[in-house]
Amino acid sequence: MKFVLLMFAVSLVTFVLVSVSPIDPVQANVGQAALVNMSEAKRAQLAEYWGANTPLFERYANWLYSAVQGDLGTSLRYNAPVADVIANRALNSLALMVTAWVVSGVLGFALGILAGANRGRLIDRIVKGYCFLLASVPTFWLGLVFLIVFSVWLGWFPFGFSVPIGVAAADVTLADALHHLALPALTLSVVGVANIALHTREKTVDVLESDYVRFARARGLSTWGALRHHGLRNLMMPALTLQFASISEIFGGSVLVEQVFSYPGLGQAAVTAGLGGDVALLAGIAVLSAAFVFGGNLIANMLYGVVDPRIRRGEQAGELHA
Amino acid sequence: MEKLTEQEALGLREVIEHERTQHEDAQVHHHHKHASVSRHEHGHHLLQVEDLSVGFRMYEENAPFFQAKQRFVPVIENLSISVHAGEIVAVVGASGSGKTLLADAILGLFEPNATVTGRIWFDGEAMDAAALERVRGRGVSLVPQSVNNLDPLMRVGRQVEGFAYPEADRAARRRKREELFARYGLGEEVAKLYPFELSGGMARRVLLCCALMDDPRVVIADEPTPGLDLDLAVRALDDFRDFANAGGGVMLITHDIELALQVADRVAVFREGTVVEETAVANFASPDMLEHPFSKELWHALPEHDFVPGGPRRSAGNTQSLDDL
Repeated sequence: MKFVLLMFAVSLVTFVLVSVSPIDPVQANVGQAALVNMSEAKRAQLAEYWGANTPLFERYANWLYSAVQGDLGTSLRYNAPVADVIANRALNSLALMVTAWVVSGVLGFALGILAGANRGRLIDRIVKGYCFLLASVPTFWLGLVFLIVFSVWLGWFPFGFSVPIGVAAADVTLADALHHLALPALTLSVVGVANIALHTREKTVDVLESDYVRFARARGLSTWGALRHHGLRNLMMPALTLQFASISEIFGGSVLVEQVFSYPGLGQAAVTAGLGGDVALLAGIAVLSAAFVFGGNLIANMLYGVVDPRIRRGEQAGELHA
Repeated sequence: MEKLTEQEALGLREVIEHERTQHEDAQVHHHHKHASVSRHEHGHHLLQVEDLSVGFRMYEENAPFFQAKQRFVPVIENLSISVHAGEIVAVVGASGSGKTLLADAILGLFEPNATVTGRIWFDGEAMDAAALERVRGRGVSLVPQSVNNLDPLMRVGRQVEGFAYPEADRAARRRKREELFARYGLGEEVAKLYPFELSGGMARRVLLCCALMDDPRVVIADEPTPGLDLDLAVRALDDFRDFANAGGGVMLITHDIELALQVADRVAVFREGTVVEETAVANFASPDMLEHPFSKELWHALPEHDFVPGGPRRSAGNTQSLDDL
């Protein structure tokens, strides 16, 4: 129910925002020079094609009616069904985001525990400094720096795109694809690490000061032993929640990173759609990404129940009483 | 433990010689008196703490942030206490007076900013920090106060079995845990519960089982009966009595003097970071048998004795704890 309302709201807002944006879809898509040289009749015909004169709510109602039936409409910019455009690009984006999400989660969690367990020592200061630095660095700038260092100076990675230029699609190997994926994924992971690492560090400090770790140590466990047996599970839960909730950030970051690396993913398509007044595509992407973020938060919520017996058993008891 | 200079070591030799060997039962030595059950097996104390001091380096609280100087705050000073085989020694002192720090020091659990000096003997061996770490959970066990000392996300049975002996057979530890549960009237279904599902009484027995799992010689019980009234607390401590009767030593840390007098064999009166008097419970029969003025005050403060004018003020209610003094 919440999900349906959310989808409805997201698509409505997308339509309203596009309609109030100053971009004239006709001009944006044929170019300034062509527009000036165009005949009046041709211009009217194009305006009709882009639906510029149809009132907002009629447009929205039309879209909604089809969307409910599973037809997301046609992307005017790509001249293809929205579903196809999204499906094409989602694969690229998904590979990018999943890599970044997993790498930043694992790396951040490990760094956080390392820093928390060595609180106040050199290693803690290094991790903290690194995180503060990263947390204040804009994603696109980091992407540019990586491009300069790794692609221009060192020549390790390609400058952009998801496949080599001038190679037939059938000849593109998995290695090629991974090679192109590496740098954008690295950028996105490195930025994502800071949040989870700092959070896990705080939690580690809390856990180490907790009564149950003190008791575990009093029973003869070393600090690391206590962390391994009693810390991990208690640290995992908040970290997982945070990581699932941060899907939205990874999504947002991927828009910037894809733009910097000319990586043909959803983020880049969203920018193109927005600048070209392609409402159907933009609405499609907005709805899809909202569904993703919603799914992430939903999983985080359900994981709580799986990991934490207090919630799991509490729910069972609640059901029994109900 | 701090390293001593050569000269200090020479001066201490005589004292240490005595601390190690020359013990005759039922005699006053090391500033303490014995109870009838106190035994010196192999001629030494089970656990002996001499001249223990614990303090912390901390910043002055009221100074402005950048001007705050570090200062040294002593919490425990020159504390001496002994635990004999077969007895329960109650360390009685007001809440928040540093009694738990005593437990931490004996277990070798030090905060990074703590300075600890003194001598601790366990079963006739001089202990340093590394040795204390070796015997915790392997000779000296802690029974903590509440269920908060258990991992909230792990089943109780697994926690009681513990992880301290990775080399020990898991199945053997499981059998041992089942025996302990059976002995203390905990059903096997309790092993499947999580800490938050335990009742107060179950939690106390589970925590005791945790300690007994490791076959300790000495059990340090830190306020093991929170929130229980006197009768229930005395009964809850029967298990500790059994442990002492079987030849172990119990250090019971509590703020409740009445409880201490009912269950313990000896009482160590803890005040302002040190033990002012360590004596047999029997000596609380009359104030004349107590030596320190604070112990005498304590005697007068007990509900069954009329307190003398000028003595400590009685608070409302009829349980008397040191917090009221």
